[in-house]
Amino acid sequence: MKTFYTVLGGIAVVGVGVLGWQMSRPRGAVIPADVVVTAADTAGFSGYVLGSDSAPVTIIEFADFQCPVCGEWDGVQWPDVNAQLVQTGKVRWIYRDWPIDGLHSHTRLASHAAACAADQGKFWPYKERLYAYQGQWSVGSSQYSQFRDYLTALGGDAGQWDACMSSAKYAGRIEASRELGSRLGVGSTPTFVIGNLVLPGNTPSDQMRRLVDSLIAARGAAPAR
Amino acid sequence: MKYRMAAAVLSLLGVLLAAYLYLYKIGAIPGLVCGTGGCETVQASPYARFLGVEVALIGVAGYAACLALALVGVGTGAERRHWSDRLLLVATTLGVGFTAWLTYAEAALIHAWCRWCLGSAAIITLLCATAWLGWRALGRATTAA
Repeated sequence: MKTFYTVLGGIAVVGVGVLGWQMSRPRGAVIPADVVVTAADTAGFSGYVLGSDSAPVTIIEFADFQCPVCGEWDGVQWPDVNAQLVQTGKVRWIYRDWPIDGLHSHTRLASHAAACAADQGKFWPYKERLYAYQGQWSVGSSQYSQFRDYLTALGGDAGQWDACMSSAKYAGRIEASRELGSRLGVGSTPTFVIGNLVLPGNTPSDQMRRLVDSLIAARGAAPAR
Repeated sequence: MKYRMAAAVLSLLGVLLAAYLYLYKIGAIPGLVCGTGGCETVQASPYARFLGVEVALIGVAGYAACLALALVGVGTGAERRHWSDRLLLVATTLGVGFTAWLTYAEAALIHAWCRWCLGSAAIITLLCATAWLGWRALGRATTAA
């Protein structure tokens, strides 16, 4: 009988300990939207850049991590765009946040999570992961821990990421990207800005390729391969 | 006796599991260790509440009651065991029915699976089986006496 109560007590102690440990886990971060953008917020940052600096065409993607159309575009079109335009040297791709706070309550947190992942050189795989798992983290109330798990799954340093998240140091930069997009004529996501051309919506990769090829041909520039 | 001990251990595991889900639900735990994301989907669904009460809290109360009944059966004579075993059998049968409905809701209405909820379903099923075996064993012992 004594053994039974010892085992039962042991399970209770271990169980309560695990629950206590779970309760002590990082609780999350608040990324404010109503920030005043300062020059320091954008110093040295011109978006998340992928591709050759000498690429003849630059495309700026303005997107919202919680926007379903952005998620669909990233899953379906982005792999082709990346392979056919960015990796071939035709396009220098710039990703910028354009959070839609009224519709997406976790979008700023996701943008900041990606910014903190970028500190560890993991923006692009992290971005793909955020979009791939968008349907999961968009619901519920554990976005912070899910975003943290995505980083650790990519081999990131969770402690460094936690510190970055709790500082909310990129809140101003995210807002600066949103303001820039609005100035350029962005009104929805995703929107692609190519020079003076503003291309909103779920643009197919084929259409984007034809557009880029026509721009390159018009400029008489040979793509760097 | 061994069935009541097993029932007590299973009930305690159930209390801890349900408490984990309830602490998440009230925001005391930042996130569920789930892996699939289905846990959050299920917890955020309308089926996570029953008659205005969190299902996880009903689980905590139900498993705690089963634990108390099992411990009464462990620590007392045959006379008290009779009613505690009977109540445990009734409680766990109700629990299995309630869990069956919740599992159906996951499969057919929410279209997401919560591993912790499936764990609880396994526990209550085993608990019910244990209660039934204990009840049967007590009946045999009483008849033999």
